[in-house]
Amino acid sequence: MCLAVPARVLAIDGAMGTVELAGVTRDVSLMLLPEARVGDHVLVHAGFAMQIVDEQEFEETRALLAEMQGGPRTVTELGG
Amino acid sequence: MALNESEYITLAHGAGGKISRELMDKVILPEFGNPILNELHDGARLELSGRLAFTTDSYTVQPLFFSGGNIGKLAVCGTVNDLAMTGAVPRYLSAGIIIEEGFPIKDLRTIAHTMREMAEAAGVAIVTGDTKVVGRGKADGIFINTAGIGELIEGVSISPKEVRPGMKVLLSGYLGDHAATVLAGRHGLQLPDYIKTDCAPLAQLTQALLKAAPHTAVLRDPTRGGLAAVLNEIAEASGVGVIIEEERLPVRPEVQGVCDILGFDVLELANEGKCVAFVPEEEAPAALKAMQQSPYGKAACIIGETTGQAAGQVALRTAIGGLRVVDMPLGNLVPRIC
Amino acid sequence: MGREQQRELARKLLDSITALAKKAGRPLRFMEVCGTHTVAIFRAGLRQMLPPGLELVSGPGCPVCVTPDSYMDKAIAYAKREDVIITTFGDMLKVPGSRSSLGAARTEGADIRIVYSPLDSLQVARENPDKKVIFLAVGFETTAPTAAATVLAGKQAALGNLYMLSAQKLVPPVMRALISDPEVKVDGFILPGHVAVVTGTEAFRFLETDCHLPGVVTGFEPLQILRSLYRLTAQAAAGEARVENEYGSVVRPEGNPKSRQVTEEVYEAVSVEWRGLGEIPASGLRMRDAYAEFDIERVLPLKAEELPPPKKTACRCGEVLRGVVTPRDCPLFGTACVPTHAVGPCMVSVEGVCAAWHKYGKGTFSYGIK
Repeated sequence: MCLAVPARVLAIDGAMGTVELAGVTRDVSLMLLPEARVGDHVLVHAGFAMQIVDEQEFEETRALLAEMQGGPRTVTELGG
Repeated sequence: MALNESEYITLAHGAGGKISRELMDKVILPEFGNPILNELHDGARLELSGRLAFTTDSYTVQPLFFSGGNIGKLAVCGTVNDLAMTGAVPRYLSAGIIIEEGFPIKDLRTIAHTMREMAEAAGVAIVTGDTKVVGRGKADGIFINTAGIGELIEGVSISPKEVRPGMKVLLSGYLGDHAATVLAGRHGLQLPDYIKTDCAPLAQLTQALLKAAPHTAVLRDPTRGGLAAVLNEIAEASGVGVIIEEERLPVRPEVQGVCDILGFDVLELANEGKCVAFVPEEEAPAALKAMQQSPYGKAACIIGETTGQAAGQVALRTAIGGLRVVDMPLGNLVPRIC
Repeated sequence: MGREQQRELARKLLDSITALAKKAGRPLRFMEVCGTHTVAIFRAGLRQMLPPGLELVSGPGCPVCVTPDSYMDKAIAYAKREDVIITTFGDMLKVPGSRSSLGAARTEGADIRIVYSPLDSLQVARENPDKKVIFLAVGFETTAPTAAATVLAGKQAALGNLYMLSAQKLVPPVMRALISDPEVKVDGFILPGHVAVVTGTEAFRFLETDCHLPGVVTGFEPLQILRSLYRLTAQAAAGEARVENEYGSVVRPEGNPKSRQVTEEVYEAVSVEWRGLGEIPASGLRMRDAYAEFDIERVLPLKAEELPPPKKTACRCGEVLRGVVTPRDCPLFGTACVPTHAVGPCMVSVEGVCAAWHKYGKGTFSYGIK
C-alpha cells in the first residue's frame, strides 16, 4: 500500500531537502524527519522523508545484495 | 491581441494565402526541401520498385521538447521504425502538421530542423506534406502525422506466423529510457543529463540484422506499452510461448530509479529507438553481432526465447528463480503511491 | 549478475521453509496486509515457489480497495463542481463508485490532477486561487502523516482554498477485526513494513499478547519476503507467537514519533466503514474540529441529489479482502470484472488482490512452463 524508496540526502534548505536515488533527484519535505542530515539515507514516501535508513542494517542488506551478486556469504543460519 | 506573424503562428498561416506561402518558404522548405517536394505538386511522384510497405502514425507528446529530442524526432523515427520493422528499406515520408494558434515559429523551426536531420540519418526524404492551423486551445501546441513508404527487402518474411518454438528473443538495448525521460519531468524528478530519449532511426540496424539473420521471424519496436505489449502481441499472434529472463534485461539504474519511485514496471515503459527480434537459434549470434555493431544497438542482448509450452503467453523468470506472467499493459501509466 | 547466488539463497530459504512447514504438521496460511507486498509477491513469482500446504492470502492492504463506493461517489460529486480541482494519487483514477469513476468524470471535463505527493496540492492551490483544491486523502498510517503535514503547511500558508476529502484508515484495528472473525483463518501475518516505519513494531505487539499469532515486519524485496516467511514458518513449527522485525534498516520499535505527532495533531481516530468489512471502531481518521476548515465535507457538504443511490452487485470483494475466498471464487472474476472494466475496487488498483491475480496469471499459477 505504501510505496517508499531509500534515497540519499544531497542538500537541505529549511524544511525541504533534495534527495537522490540511482542518479534520480527530487525535492522532498523533511517535516516528518527533521533530524535528517546531508549524507543520510532516508526512506521517501509520497514526497516526504519518513525515516533514516540505519546504515548498519543497510550494510547488511547491501551485503545480502552483494552476496546475491557473488560476494561472500553472510547468511549461514538457514540450514535444516 | 494581435500576434506578430514573424514570431508566432496565427490563423492566417493556415489560410492558404500569402502568409501561408511565406511560412512554407521560410520555415518548412528550407528544412525539408528536396527535388520531389520542391515541385510543390498536389502529390509527390515517386520511383519505387518491388513489394512495398506503407504505414502511418500520429504524434502527440507533452512536453514537446525533452532531453535528447522533440516531437519532430519522434514523428520521423517512429514512422521510419515502423517501416523498418516490416522488413522494408524506408524511402519516402509525408508530414502533416497541425499547429495551435500562438505556437512560436522558432519552435516550429527547431522541430522542422530535427525532422530534417532525422530523415537524413534514416536515408528518407519528406516528399509531401500539409500544414493546418487551429485556434488557441484546440491543439496541444503541435500535432504531427507522418506516413511512410518503403521497399521490402527481398527474401525476408517478417510475420508473427513465422515464429517457432526455440527461437531467441533479442533486444537492441536499454529499456525505458524514453518514457523515463518524459515521465520524470512530469512528476518532479530530475535525471542526469546523460539520460535522454532513446529515439533513433533503426532502418540501418534492421537492414544489417536481416542481412546477418535472413530467417528472422519478426521485428517490433516496443513503443507504447513497452516490451510487455509487443511480446504479448507476438505471443498471441504466433501461438507460441515467450520466456524472458529478468536479469538479462538491460535497464539503466536511473530508469529503474524512476520506476521504483513512481511505481512503474520497466517492461511497460515506452521506447522510441529499440528493436525486438525473434531469430532462429542458429542465426542468433550473427544477429546479435549485427545489432551490436550498429550505433543504436551497442547494448543489444538476448533476453529470452520462445517455447512450445504456454502457447500465447509471456512469462518472466524472476531474478530469484520464480516465474510470473507478463500481461498486456492496461493503458496510461500513472504513478502509484499506495 | 550472480543469478545463481541469488537463486541459491532463495532456494536455501525455500528449503528451510519447506522443512519447517512439514515440521509444523498442518497447512499454514499467512496473510499479507499490505498491497505493495501483494504486488511484490506476484512480481517475483513467489507464490508458486512455495511448498504445498503453505498458502499466502491477501488481506485488506490496498487503500483503494477498502475505500467504499460512497467515498468515490463523494469524490466524483465534488469533481463535477465547476470551481473544484481534485488532486489525487494515480491509484484512485479508475476506482468505480456506484455509477461512475474519477477517470470518467475527467473525460467529462472535471479538473482532476494526479500528484506524486500531497504537498503538490499546495502548489496547485497557490496557482489557482479562484478554485477549491481538494486532495483525496486515502491511505494508511504511512500516508496519513503526509496529508496531515500538508494541512499544517496549508494552514501556515493561509491559502484558504486547500481541502481534504479524508478516508484514511488504520491497519492494527482491521487486523484485530479480521482475527476475531471466525471465517478468517490465518496462522500469521507478514506485517506491512512501511506502516511499521511510522507505527513502530510496538503497534503490532497485540498479536503476541492478545492473539497468540506470529507476525514478521518485512520489506518488499523478494528475498526479504522469503526471509519473513522463513521466520513465520519457524514460529509456526515451534508453536511460538512473536512479533519479529526483518526490516530493521527503517523500522524501529518506536516508529517515527514525529509522524505520529503530526497525524494526531490534525486527525482523530473514529469508527469508519471498510468496503466489504463494514464499520470497524477506531479504524479511520477524521480531522479534528481545530482543522475543520480543511475538511471539505464540513465546509461544503454535498447535497443528497448530488450523490447516486447505492448499487448492489455480485462482487465478492468483501470476502476477498478478508481472505475468506480467492478472487477465482467470485462469479464476476475474469468475466464481467476485468481490469479494463472493473466492477469491484480489488480489480482496479494495481495492488488490488483481484487485479494482481488477473494480471499475473488469471488465477492459475501453473504456466505450463517448467
